Amino acid sequence: MDKRCTADEAVSRLRSGMTVGVGGWGSRRKPMALVKALLRTDVTNLTVVSYAGPDVGLLLAAGRVRKVVYGFASLDSIPLEPHFRRARQAGAVEAVEWDEGMLQTGLRAAAQRVPFLPTRAGLGSDVVRFDPTLRTVTSPYADGEELLAVPALPLDAALIHAHRADARGNCRFLGVDPYFDLLFARAAETTIVSCERLVEGWDLPLHTPGIARPWVHAVVEARGGAGFTSCDPDYGRDEATQEAYAVAAKDPDAWARWYADWMEA
Amino acid sequence: MSDGRRATRADICAVACAEAFRGDGEILVSPMGFVPRLGARLARRTFEPDLMLSDGEATVIDEHGAVESWMPFADVFETLWSGKRHVMMGAAQIDRFGNQNISCVGDWARPKAQLIGTRGAPGNTINHPTSYWIGRHSPRVFLPSVDVVCGVGYDRAATLGDGARFHEVRRVITNLGVFDFESPGEGPATLRVRSLHPGVSASDVEAATGFAVRGFDGDVPATRAPTPGELALLDELDPDGRREREVAT
Repeated sequence: MDKRCTADEAVSRLRSGMTVGVGGWGSRRKPMALVKALLRTDVTNLTVVSYAGPDVGLLLAAGRVRKVVYGFASLDSIPLEPHFRRARQAGAVEAVEWDEGMLQTGLRAAAQRVPFLPTRAGLGSDVVRFDPTLRTVTSPYADGEELLAVPALPLDAALIHAHRADARGNCRFLGVDPYFDLLFARAAETTIVSCERLVEGWDLPLHTPGIARPWVHAVVEARGGAGFTSCDPDYGRDEATQEAYAVAAKDPDAWARWYADWMEA
Repeated sequence: MSDGRRATRADICAVACAEAFRGDGEILVSPMGFVPRLGARLARRTFEPDLMLSDGEATVIDEHGAVESWMPFADVFETLWSGKRHVMMGAAQIDRFGNQNISCVGDWARPKAQLIGTRGAPGNTINHPTSYWIGRHSPRVFLPSVDVVCGVGYDRAATLGDGARFHEVRRVITNLGVFDFESPGEGPATLRVRSLHPGVSASDVEAATGFAVRGFDGDVPATRAPTPGELALLDELDPDGRREREVAT
């Protein structure tokens, strides 16, 4: 099956109110071309699940997000995400702040189609105080230990930027860290992948991490599609653009100008 | 060069961070902040040669900063759940029980200041030893209670019983001294001074801490000075003196 399409065609699968997972980590290999395409639609009221960076910042700034599920929000070289900060400080977004390992556990539960997976992470912390939906589970074995039952985090859609992909949807990550993109894809009903380069056939080591095609539903070639976030080894973070993003975020007029320019670029 | 020079406060802090890793053996250390990183590298070069040093991204580095092995985040998570790790984190707020906050300041629903978020602090603290590095010891950081408990302290751990059997907040190292946690006999352990850096008095700590610190009833030892060999190594590992900028004076 040929899954190639444009970014606009790919995001036409998204609907208001959906739960959307975003791959990458902080300001690293974020699917920025897909986020931009999403911002060209009128889709809103999203629940976004992310190891959050400017993906969440841009969607929040555009008023498209009802709820964020995250462990942190950061631009890495700039420690705090400015739009996320503002939205939180205005009480303008529902926040589900989990331990970052719990996020992985919730995605894994969804990927395995089980209702929860147990962990110690989160016990005793305010993660359980500020997310009153969380429950514990008692081991049915002799130890009888009480553990946190991290609920599955099923996604309606996942947005991912890969280094390489083929037309059928097999994709590969060439950076030193594949992050949790595979779990995002497996937790999602629909996965949209953008890639630096569409390839035919593979000359990569067989064990290069990636996602197999049953979990990929649309493939978009988008060179530079993670920019301004990093996409090592193809390119590093565009620090100047990120800096401009963060500076513009401080002022509504400056932000309107930056955003208009970025959307057109 | 370190020939005959006096140790700075930052040198002493780096050695105190190294000391926190003494006895850890062959585990992953994840030091956050420059001084903890320097301390971890010093420990590895001297008395803890088997430590694995995380660079905070996907690489395990040797004591010279060269690549030793690969450890992406998924593997870091598995490692921390297995317990073979000691993390040294920072804290925006910390209380007498060692509860740590890096999430937000003020009311959760509408914080006065949103910070980075809870990150891995809950999972770290419940799974393996945790220490904290605070380069500016102040009553804004050392509070009677924290606004959000990210890293779990001893009072919260006590409510979990056996579920907290891997919990250990080992050290808190600041620009003023070295602290640990000890139970007063009944009830959960609270912050106790282990040593004060040379030139620091009990009243300096008292003025900079929003609660009573235990351990001041007897003589408090001075934090140990770096050996000449350690001073030379610190200068080799940090020739530009970056460590000085992370330590308030």
